[in-house]
Amino acid sequence: MRYYLRRAAFYAITVWAAISLNFLIPRLMPGDPADIMLAKMARSGEVAPGVERTIRLLLGSDTNQTPWEQYVAYWGSLLRGDLGVSVTKFPTPVTELISAALPWSIGLLGLATVISFVLGIAAGAWIGWRRGTWVDHIIPGSTLLQSLPYFWVALLLVYGFAVVNPWFPRIGGYDVFTFDGPEATAEFVGSVIYHGVLPALTVVLSSFGGWLLGMRNMMVSTLSEDYITTAEAKGLRRSRILIGYAVRNAALPSIAGFGISLAFVVTGAIVMEQVFTYPGLGKLMITAVQGNDFALMQGLFLVITLTVLAATFLMDIVYGFVDPRTRLNG
Amino acid sequence: MAEYRILPPRSEKLLAGLFITGGIVLFAVVAPFLVQDPRFSGNDAFLPPSADHLLGTTKLGYDVLAQLAHGARGSLLVGLAAAAIAIALSLIFGIFAGYAGGWTDEVLTMVTNIMLVIPGLPLVMVIAVYAQSRSLWLVAFILGITGWAGSAVVLRSQARSLRSRDYVEASQVAGERTWRILLVEILPNLLPLLAAQFLFAVVFAILGEAGLSFIGLGPNGSITWGTMITEAYGGNAMSAGAWWWFVPPGLLIAVFGAGLSLVNFSIDEVVNPKLRVVAETGDRRRAPEAAAPAAAPVQPAEPKAEVTA
Repeated sequence: MRYYLRRAAFYAITVWAAISLNFLIPRLMPGDPADIMLAKMARSGEVAPGVERTIRLLLGSDTNQTPWEQYVAYWGSLLRGDLGVSVTKFPTPVTELISAALPWSIGLLGLATVISFVLGIAAGAWIGWRRGTWVDHIIPGSTLLQSLPYFWVALLLVYGFAVVNPWFPRIGGYDVFTFDGPEATAEFVGSVIYHGVLPALTVVLSSFGGWLLGMRNMMVSTLSEDYITTAEAKGLRRSRILIGYAVRNAALPSIAGFGISLAFVVTGAIVMEQVFTYPGLGKLMITAVQGNDFALMQGLFLVITLTVLAATFLMDIVYGFVDPRTRLNG
Repeated sequence: MAEYRILPPRSEKLLAGLFITGGIVLFAVVAPFLVQDPRFSGNDAFLPPSADHLLGTTKLGYDVLAQLAHGARGSLLVGLAAAAIAIALSLIFGIFAGYAGGWTDEVLTMVTNIMLVIPGLPLVMVIAVYAQSRSLWLVAFILGITGWAGSAVVLRSQARSLRSRDYVEASQVAGERTWRILLVEILPNLLPLLAAQFLFAVVFAILGEAGLSFIGLGPNGSITWGTMITEAYGGNAMSAGAWWWFVPPGLLIAVFGAGLSLVNFSIDEVVNPKLRVVAETGDRRRAPEAAAPAAAPVQPAEPKAEVTA
């Protein structure tokens, strides 16, 4: 129980830190953030009168409030679920835009990450198990996979499978010409899957190498443990040693490090979504950055961070089940 | 007698890694002097690779090879600068925390863990947007201050285990000052790990810069591999079939990353002797016992002598 309490406390503090960071960053930057924002916006077009007020309120630069009062007010509007109003899609509330984009990203990334994780762990376990044989030659290739820029993989896939061979659609999350919006029909689901193949493949290809290498290294270390020798001496079946003794222990760090890797994957996926014009959070984030849409950007940073934290927390709970030692020692 | 070294004596992986990395670094240093001005637009647009333009030209008639050479310089500079900042921070948050213990450790570790789980790019984007104009160095700085947490965790756990070694306790008893213990007793033992983390940070920063450039938050006015891919994407290189424009920069990033990973692999095998694969035939044997203490065999004799004296 103590383990879960400690983890919960850690995540509570992290959530607080992320939210406070979101509040602090604009105020820590040199110059008046609101002026910078307004100057940037003025360069690209006229600034509507309502927008200036929104920005000044958001950044608290013209009010006479003390920083502490601003901080309290910031928390207040957060708790009311008010993240401000978008500038690029004025006057849509930020929460509305985010909640429309969130399912796309979670569905795509969630599925792709699970596939990549399972594949990577399985392949890494196999390569580690057969170490010292020809399979070791796969390792240099997988280091190449590990450092692929996500969006470059996306560009290659688009070029290969949407431009040269037009097998897959190039952009979008579903066929916008057939469907007006998301609907609950089999055709729509089919269209979503069809459009999701290349983006998902991008994530799997670019993140698979990391899981594989990590698992392979742990597998090789685990195989030199005494309990493996004991298991062999007892005459257990090879498959039982592999699965029950080696993989089970070697996979622990991968599960423990899942959250950290997920943060990397999310980072890559944000840029990837831009290539496919996928209607998820990443695309929205880039729209926000390019349109200097401040409220949207901060709201997105918050939502992305909280989502990653939630996934990590979930994985920590799983870890507690898989490895009883953590529950015991706290 | 096991000799202390950062890199193992010889291994194919290490050689391949050093060859790739060295080649690309050399390319970044030398090639910019040998190619034409990367912003010379007098060539025809979208020329495929030929003898005149080994990698063809872009939409604006820039020579792709020239861009690649100058881009290598930009990308490597960002990578090295950001990695230097990240490693400096991870030394503070990792080694200092691991050695100090107690409350200092708790607080520093908490900060590290928080930075670790907060996704990097959204944070970097939020910071980068506020900067009025972004130089290469500013981008490197932003990537550096957001990319140190992973290394700090690794360094901390190693520093913690070193802290309780006999020779460190011996120098504490001998009354050595903390900074001397950190620099002379602990740091040398962390060098292989530090080197590996540094190389990893370089790759991470190059990838980060490429991502930032792609979404329009890269360094203004500089050429990097990231800005090249971005321009290719924006210039419809894909529809025009100009693969020679967007394939080389991404490939170089991946190959450079792979080269550094291979070097890292060899370093890992020094740090963690269990990773050294001894069996050739496929049946598993244990690594020879003699290899086991390779991670921390340095000069235990000298400080002990001080205690007994």
